[in-house]
Amino acid sequence: MAVYEQQELRKPPISQVGIVRWLRVNLFSSRVNIGLTLAALYMLYIIIPPLLNWTIFDANFNFGEFSIFGFEFGEVMATNTNCGRSAACWPFIYEKFDMFIYGFYPRDLVWRVDSVFAMTAMLFVIVRLVRNRKGSAKILLTTFVVFPIVSFYLIAGGVFGLEEVKTHQWGGLTLTLVIASVGILVSFPIGILLALGRQSNLRVISFFSTIYIEFIRAVPLITILFMASFVLPLFFTGGVDFDKLLRALIAITLFQAAYFAEVVRGGLQAIPTGQYEAADAIGLNYVQKNALIVLPQALKISIPNLVGSSISLFKDTTLVLIIGLMDMLAMVNMTANDINWLGRETEGFVFVTMTMWIFLYSMSRYSKKLEVRFSTDHKN
Amino acid sequence: MKQDNSILSFLNNNETRAIAFQVITLLIIAFVFYSGISNLIFNIEAREIHTGFAFLSNRAGFDINESMIAYTPEHSNLRVFYVGLINTLVVAVVGIIFATIIGFIIGIARLSNNWLISKLAAGYIELFRNIPILIQILIWYNMALLTLPSPRGSFNFFDSIFINKRGIYVPEPVIETGFVWVLIAVVLGIALTFLMKRHFKQKHSKTGVYTHTIGYSIGLIFGLPLVVFFLLGSPLHFDYPALTGFNFKGGRTFSPEFLALAVALSVYTATYIAEAIRSGIEAVDKGQKEAAAALGLTQTQSLKLVVLPQALRVAIPPTINQYLNLTKNSSLATAIGYPELMSAFGGTVLNQVGQAVEILGMTMAVYLVISLFISLLLNIVNKKMSIKGQ
Repeated sequence: MAVYEQQELRKPPISQVGIVRWLRVNLFSSRVNIGLTLAALYMLYIIIPPLLNWTIFDANFNFGEFSIFGFEFGEVMATNTNCGRSAACWPFIYEKFDMFIYGFYPRDLVWRVDSVFAMTAMLFVIVRLVRNRKGSAKILLTTFVVFPIVSFYLIAGGVFGLEEVKTHQWGGLTLTLVIASVGILVSFPIGILLALGRQSNLRVISFFSTIYIEFIRAVPLITILFMASFVLPLFFTGGVDFDKLLRALIAITLFQAAYFAEVVRGGLQAIPTGQYEAADAIGLNYVQKNALIVLPQALKISIPNLVGSSISLFKDTTLVLIIGLMDMLAMVNMTANDINWLGRETEGFVFVTMTMWIFLYSMSRYSKKLEVRFSTDHKN
Repeated sequence: MKQDNSILSFLNNNETRAIAFQVITLLIIAFVFYSGISNLIFNIEAREIHTGFAFLSNRAGFDINESMIAYTPEHSNLRVFYVGLINTLVVAVVGIIFATIIGFIIGIARLSNNWLISKLAAGYIELFRNIPILIQILIWYNMALLTLPSPRGSFNFFDSIFINKRGIYVPEPVIETGFVWVLIAVVLGIALTFLMKRHFKQKHSKTGVYTHTIGYSIGLIFGLPLVVFFLLGSPLHFDYPALTGFNFKGGRTFSPEFLALAVALSVYTATYIAEAIRSGIEAVDKGQKEAAAALGLTQTQSLKLVVLPQALRVAIPPTINQYLNLTKNSSLATAIGYPELMSAFGGTVLNQVGQAVEILGMTMAVYLVISLFISLLLNIVNKKMSIKGQ
């Protein structure tokens, strides 16, 4: 009887394992792909090194003297002239950092803005902690009502002995965030009402809601901002001295409400008629039916789109620059006009772009995550 | 059951309530309108602002550096409106063309089986979609002003297109008499192509013999006008830009503002179009491709007859919506001063005349009409593309 001995396993060919296989499959699988890969690499070679040189390797990071545990580091902070023009001058951003974040907000009162930032961070923690707990809805609702009010009075002042800060002093990232949050918070309820109005059986109400929504969505935000800054004051008696920020906020809120309305309407349309009929059958009136049965379901499925729409709003806040508000983008020209830092627009643009990008990218990631979590269709 | 016969029972009637609510809403809206407009009239009179559209025929008095139609400061404000409107349409059309091309390429690249290409496309989308369009316009504009060379050191493409700090110079077509016949030939060629395609389609369904029509189509659409063109003795020539002294003369100029706006709008909108294309292709069931292969269709036939029609049904509606967004975003030219509608008419004329209600009303009306037109287009497309049931 023959005795079979197990042979030693032969190794797979080098081209079929590990990194080589990965490269073959993903980058060099066909002649076309080889060409594309090489072209892409060449493109990266053209773009990336100069970009890195400008932002990092050739850039000036001389932020001035500082000491750690008594050891002195650095030298005198770089100025506009010894930065040169061929690469980034980050000391400029370092010096103007406060301008980009707070605008002309009085420097000794900046702690109030900072505490709002801190409270916002805490808000995220609270939301995480109480989620899925009993009574979480009440806690969250209270926080979401109390938080904006407290934040507003902290920034604006004028109560509890806090010194008043006029809105024309608000600026930079603070202003951007104020506009975005007020826009979202105020336009959301209006949007829900408009969506319910458009879906209503009452002809007059649905007619006016539809007209409003479609009109607003058809025109660019900039025309509405111009309307708000030139025409709105004329609609009021004695409204001659209308706060500039308030005008922008009204415009943005009215604008965003129409978009939120369409998102919520999408959610409402996804609710099966059976839900409405069941609510009718157990004798709920219109308000109860919507508040207890329809809206909770409709809003839940529209959450990802609501976040998406809020992202657009966040992008649109930059437009207030055109009607003369000093948001973060406006700070680019403002700071580059400083006699000591003439012509540093590029650094400003890069900084503002990066800040906005980080906000918007994390928001869009978040909305993608929500989409997955709330997705009800069973795709594999 | 006890009948409620009290006098107020009608209050519980649903129909009565509905009417009451609607009447109340109407009254509130009427009141808001009435008080707003009466305040408006009062304020306008108090500030001695003119009303009405008489300002349209007044002399504009300012120059516009970029216009498709003849314009001088002597022209009327209405002329400024037309100049702005045409510039809006020009930048929108250019933006739409390039956004579609870039979006299509990026969308396909996103699905490439080449890892590097797919990641680059993803990077492009994530980078440019998450930067507000206004920042992008300003950055492209600043970059154009900073990095483009002076007229003497222009980037030169085939001695006919020049790019420098002052803008982009392209040859301008000069139309001579008789050119209209070439245009007629184009229309005729397109009409004949349709007829020919129908004929061969009928032949295909009757006899099963498939005829490649691409050659005939090219011949009819391009060949026919070309023949007419040369028969009439080339009634069209190009006026080439040329460097004379410190600047270029001749040709058509597009300013750096136009360049920045067009580039920013195309690059930004392309990210959305790319996502639309990608989701369209991904939405086609894998079984469809397999079924096509099982029927014996070739790769190209499967793509052309099975995959793309279904993918485009998903991808086209959001793409058309993006065209509308692009057109609306072109109004941001106000920030860099490209004289389109919002900037030239809603900005400069508004500053000079001060009749905000009329001027902004007209501006909004234009965007409203564009939006209605695009909605109409969308409805037609949707109807055409909807799945035909039995």
